[in-house]
Amino acid sequence: MENKKLTFAFMDPPFENERTITFFRLVDAALDAGADIQVFAYEGAAALAFALQKAHGNSVHHRDTEQEAHPLTKDWVAALQKKAERLGRQLDWVNCGLCVDERGVNESIPGCKRGSPADLWRYADSSFNTLVIGTR
Amino acid sequence: MKILQIVEQAFRTLVEEQDDTILWLTQSMAGAGANVEVLLSGNAVYYAVMKNRQPVIKIGDWVQQEPADIPSDIDRMLAQNIPVYVLNSELEERGLNASMLRPSIKSINQVQLVDIYHQVDQVWQW
Repeated sequence: MENKKLTFAFMDPPFENERTITFFRLVDAALDAGADIQVFAYEGAAALAFALQKAHGNSVHHRDTEQEAHPLTKDWVAALQKKAERLGRQLDWVNCGLCVDERGVNESIPGCKRGSPADLWRYADSSFNTLVIGTR
Repeated sequence: MKILQIVEQAFRTLVEEQDDTILWLTQSMAGAGANVEVLLSGNAVYYAVMKNRQPVIKIGDWVQQEPADIPSDIDRMLAQNIPVYVLNSELEERGLNASMLRPSIKSINQVQLVDIYHQVDQVWQW
């Protein structure tokens, strides 16, 4: 049986650079292509699924919180989880445990687990390929 | 499965994480049974010739107690039988050469790098 499992190791935090949205779009596209996804969120990426992220209004845009509808990466993670479930695909997400500790971002949204580099090795070993996206 | 870790972003996180975060990841994965090799590339070739740990950083009254120790990290990887490579050409363009390398680090040329690419299953460029 063809292995359609793909692993991503990602290092960038939310709200800092273009790689973050590119990573999410790649995962979204991989689900469309029928892949099961495994994500190892390393360093700053450990904050992507932080449950206490909070949307804000924007006075420069002349919009309150509701009007601004500020994007939050935890919502993108949840949207991908929902999409994977709808498509019958698997989306596993592990945050590096030491990385969440040092950043104080332990409270992740449901479905995101705490782990270690051993999980990245396990993910990669069970996938047909791995894409690592480091910070620059 | 064998992985080649290419470490190119040098000195990233050395103060905050007290190490190079990919060298740390590599040691941790190897401890979990991963078969990994390391290519120090770009400015990370400086890691291969370093002799001292990082200097202590002071910020206000705060003084770092345990700065990063790249030579020890490299030695630990070598003790784990993780091969560590650098490209001769990347040493030379920085005024370095193979005689300056820490023991057991292998200097290779571009053709040998192609052979290494063929020998591994995945190449992870960090």
